[in-house]
Amino acid sequence: MLKCIIIDDEEMARTIIEQYCSKLDHIQIIKQFNNALEAIQFINSNDVDLVFLDIHMPELNGFDFIDSLNNPPNIILTTSDGNFALNAFEYKSIVDYLVKPIKLPRFIKAVTKIDATKESIQSVTNNEVNEMYVNIDRRLVKIHIPDIYLIEAKGDYINIKTETKNHIVHTTMRKIEDKLPDSLFLKIHRSFIINLKKIVDIEDNSVLIKKEVIPVSRSNRPELMNRLNLLN
Amino acid sequence: MSPNLAYIDEISDNDIIFRNKLISIIKREFPVERNEFLSNYDTNQYIHAAENVHKLKHKINIFGLKKGFEIAINFENELNNEKFDSYQDFIVVLDLIDNYLKEI
Repeated sequence: MLKCIIIDDEEMARTIIEQYCSKLDHIQIIKQFNNALEAIQFINSNDVDLVFLDIHMPELNGFDFIDSLNNPPNIILTTSDGNFALNAFEYKSIVDYLVKPIKLPRFIKAVTKIDATKESIQSVTNNEVNEMYVNIDRRLVKIHIPDIYLIEAKGDYINIKTETKNHIVHTTMRKIEDKLPDSLFLKIHRSFIINLKKIVDIEDNSVLIKKEVIPVSRSNRPELMNRLNLLN
Repeated sequence: MSPNLAYIDEISDNDIIFRNKLISIIKREFPVERNEFLSNYDTNQYIHAAENVHKLKHKINIFGLKKGFEIAINFENELNNEKFDSYQDFIVVLDLIDNYLKEI
């Protein structure tokens, strides 16, 4: 569900957008404003996915409004003339530009762009979770996180072991631990983090990962057993 | 050049309640915007008058007045440059809408 607000000093314009939104199941109008100043405070303290924003307003125009936001949400501009279209390209947050009077098919096309953007962001996020970059000899080397089966502390370094290669990196276990998804990795000893998916078998105080036998500390064993239950 | 409800009917999509609501809003907003424009124009506040014309353009367009919309665009530009050639034509457009709103 996209949470939206409408900012327009014309009630008629707000009413038309509200009517169009009512025809789309995934859009929810959470607030309407007849001036941009009031909307700034609302946006800064509420989750807003999309703003329908009139450019031409007294006190604060649409572009000034966007400039005033630290982290502007998606914005669809609405205006009575197309003269500002070029300015719109300078703002990443502006997804589309609708010239009044707005017709429904054009409105739907604009909103569909938001859906596409959201999917794109989701895709990027997923990729970010699956990859990380480590600094090795002043090069940033990409590592596919699910390929890591073991991380071992080696003094001031760690050894990241993957299916294809080992990477010696100057960092701490704490720092690498923060970069790894909790769902996949577990620290089973002060010197070892393992990929739970790569466990072959478990004995009393050790796990077999690929062909390596890794000790499990007494304090970490209960957590390991719990997590194995989750994997069932 | 005569106003019509084609756009309002199109977006209302047989929703009589919404159609009436929209007409009611226009009947309330238009005289206010028109009076604001006249007041700003009469007191030589041309930049504000241009903003009023900008807002009125939307309603002129809503009523399908293509020629009236062009007049409004020109007049808005003129006001921003303190020129007034299209004033009389613009007033005719406003009067057209004013009279039409009394009929519907």
